[in-house]
Amino acid sequence: MSTDSPVDSTSLSTSHSSRVASGRRLTFKILRHNPRDPDSHPHMATFELDETPGMTLFIALNAIRDEYAPSLQFDFVCRAGICGSCGMLIDGRPGLACRTLTQTLGEEITLAPLPAFKLIGDLSVDTGQWMRGMSERLETWVHGQQEIDPDRLEERMEPSLAEEIYELDRCIECGCCVAACGTALMREDFVGAVGLNKIARFRLDPRDDRTDADYYELIGDDDGVFGCMTLLGCQDVCPKDLTLQTQIAFLRRRMIATG
Amino acid sequence: MKLVYTDVLVIGGGLAGMRTAIGVKQRGQDVIVLSLVPAKRSHSAAAQGGMQASLGSNAMGRGDNEDVHFGDTVRGSDWGADQQVVRMFTHVAPKAIRELAGWGVPWNRVQKGDRESVINAERVVITESEAAHGLITARDFGGTKKWRTCYTSDGTGHAMLFTLGDQTVANGIPVMERMEALALIHDAGRCYGAIVRDLITGELTAFVSRATVIATGGYGRIYKVSTNGIICEGTGVALALETGRAALGNMEAVQFHPTAIVPAGILTTEGCRGDGGILRDVDGYRFMPDYEPEKKELASRDVVSRRMTEHIRKGKGVKSPYGDHLWLDITVLGRAHVEKNLREVTDICRYFLGIDPAVDWIPVRPTQHYSMGGIRTDHTGQSQTLKGLFACGESACWDMHGFNRLGGNSVAETVVAGMIVAEFIADFCASSASDIDISTSLVRDFLGREQGKLDALMKTSGTESVVAIRKRMEEIMIDKVGIFRTGDELAEAVDELEQLLEKSRHIGVASQEPGANPELVAAYRLPKMLKVALCVALGARERKESRGAHFREDYPQRNDRDWLKRTLATWPDEADSLPHLDYEAIDVMGMEMPPGFRGYGVRNHIDHPDTPERAAEVERVQAEHADADRVELQRALMPFEELLPPRYRGPNQRLEDDTHEH
Repeated sequence: MSTDSPVDSTSLSTSHSSRVASGRRLTFKILRHNPRDPDSHPHMATFELDETPGMTLFIALNAIRDEYAPSLQFDFVCRAGICGSCGMLIDGRPGLACRTLTQTLGEEITLAPLPAFKLIGDLSVDTGQWMRGMSERLETWVHGQQEIDPDRLEERMEPSLAEEIYELDRCIECGCCVAACGTALMREDFVGAVGLNKIARFRLDPRDDRTDADYYELIGDDDGVFGCMTLLGCQDVCPKDLTLQTQIAFLRRRMIATG
Repeated sequence: MKLVYTDVLVIGGGLAGMRTAIGVKQRGQDVIVLSLVPAKRSHSAAAQGGMQASLGSNAMGRGDNEDVHFGDTVRGSDWGADQQVVRMFTHVAPKAIRELAGWGVPWNRVQKGDRESVINAERVVITESEAAHGLITARDFGGTKKWRTCYTSDGTGHAMLFTLGDQTVANGIPVMERMEALALIHDAGRCYGAIVRDLITGELTAFVSRATVIATGGYGRIYKVSTNGIICEGTGVALALETGRAALGNMEAVQFHPTAIVPAGILTTEGCRGDGGILRDVDGYRFMPDYEPEKKELASRDVVSRRMTEHIRKGKGVKSPYGDHLWLDITVLGRAHVEKNLREVTDICRYFLGIDPAVDWIPVRPTQHYSMGGIRTDHTGQSQTLKGLFACGESACWDMHGFNRLGGNSVAETVVAGMIVAEFIADFCASSASDIDISTSLVRDFLGREQGKLDALMKTSGTESVVAIRKRMEEIMIDKVGIFRTGDELAEAVDELEQLLEKSRHIGVASQEPGANPELVAAYRLPKMLKVALCVALGARERKESRGAHFREDYPQRNDRDWLKRTLATWPDEADSLPHLDYEAIDVMGMEMPPGFRGYGVRNHIDHPDTPERAAEVERVQAEHADADRVELQRALMPFEELLPPRYRGPNQRLEDDTHEH
């Protein structure tokens, strides 16, 4: 059974308030729901905290869980903006919670889980299974015919090309681009900017033997590059500032030329 | 009872676990990887600066080879490492990086011609050869004689982890996410798999396997401030400890990284200093050359962290609401370099500190970073006392880092150990030694025991608070089992942790929600964390010497005579309140490099009685082999090649070999 009332209203100071206070008292409205609990129904729960200098949503959510809501579900791992675990809707916009400073937000902060992914509970969604499915479908690994002999000197690569590949390889699969995508919300099988960016990455990589005809088989339809409506949401919210629209536009031209 | 069978069960989906899984799968074994989180979110992703491998292609790496890497690693370990294991590691590291290059990691490459760099705060010009153009390049890191740390900007762990993650998909390996092992199934000194909890549904499943691998990373989160991801709680090594059979080695060997940001404790890579960044104090003064005139900011991590703390104690720290800190200055590198080669650092500074590291100094101080200790294994990765249990990566003590790990050697260890250990596991699975002869009733007992513990936590009216006990544990560890240690404080730490463990047996869980239930998760992890913390604190209390990262103010000398040995911690009885400690001598007479002076501060250690004899022997062998090549000499000193799986014994090609040939 749920121990949550439809509206939790907790009004206590946290232990952080003993530190240098910034003076603001923050109100967090958090969308709560546990799909495994038949008595649970989605609702906004409200919590209040005194803001502390340098407070991030990672710090705030842990304080809320430690002190008021021990069953609150959310995901963090690196808490440094590197691992992509903590994508959520922050005041309606997809972003990484761990590196969002509360001082960049208003006094009332609304948090909700990323749409387009299966809800695990509260702010936790299953991005992992989605990404694995995308990887299997698009075969996001180097397809090389050559046997690697690790005893020998590696194949050479132009330094600038290695840097270009790394630039696209920086995607952390946080799911923000999918949550911000109009197509992904309408089409369940759309591979998203994350998937198309990966194709762009492998296409650039000389170690991958696949041709544009091979890539056309993977993304040459409305679940692939032709599903994009160019709403630019993906690039707007990408925490790693990837040039997603440029990649998609380029791929689309290549695929039209191929198809 | 839900029961799943697999040949190999890998617990942990970071670099070490995934590379092991790929290795055994390619040898024809069925394998399942369990991960607490989506595997690509593992803490391996946070490794920034790079991976050491002695390719020697770049100008500042010329002349590098396995011997130089070996020497750096052994000195770095303060002679605590197993030298044969270090040899295995340094021999396979170049193969690991080249394999990853073939699989798609976009390693930064050598660009021929002149380029500007910063060495010792001076701008210098380095000229790269035409012959090396396009080969994998490397940057400088602490405690190394050559520029050996290969990298992809400062997102090396990320690039490696995603490549390996995609390779597990390519190899059709099931990676079960949000799955937590609660206990190992074992009987009569043999491990048969694990009882596992689904962190979405809360259900338990028994995984029965021929070989079980723990690759769960470090235990940094027993400390209040750590660079580690929040899942690095040591519960993986606790699985081994709780069998009462497997031992944990050198748990007191805990590394503090010199440059984590204040207050968040997030890492800024050693690459900042490797690329030429310097440390400054409250007066803006560069203080490291005063303490370590030769290596300065690029002394070994344990040395730099101690010197920084020493300097802060002299009143030279910068005051802040979060305690004193020092400055890391990378403005000297110039904006172009910072934004290209240190972009994660740039992001971290921007988002967590609101500063621009190309113009602002970064507030840093030493912070818990790495666990040299872990599950004690032999050179094959197998526990000596619980057969069928293997460990690799940070969660293992096999033992290549001794009492201090060099920067860039940990990501390297993950994949190298994964490659090597996978071969031994595959051999084990192919032999009758791996036959499973237990009944399902034993499996049912183990599952019932774990379910019983969870039910008890949910139903009893315990009054102790998980949050309060955990916070106190974290404070004790940082305050009393930190960089500088004393017997009195360590004794206090052990006593209070023991009390906390007792209290943790009376925890109450209020939330009765179905599913994973985060409150329940915190409750069952806590006693595991406390046991690990006790192994660290007790091991540190008993080790009455200073070695590597373990520094005792009351015993400041390294004492080879009495302490050239590994600490082994076991927990024989669940009802015990302290671990049992034992020691394993390190054989000086078998060492290729007998214990000597590490080169920091003044020479001040007590020799082992065997050291002069072994040193003389090594000199004699060297004289006898004056005309031999380096490989022959090495073989005469300490043979190791037959310890390696046959496929990894071949020599590593280098550009220099080519130059000689032509």
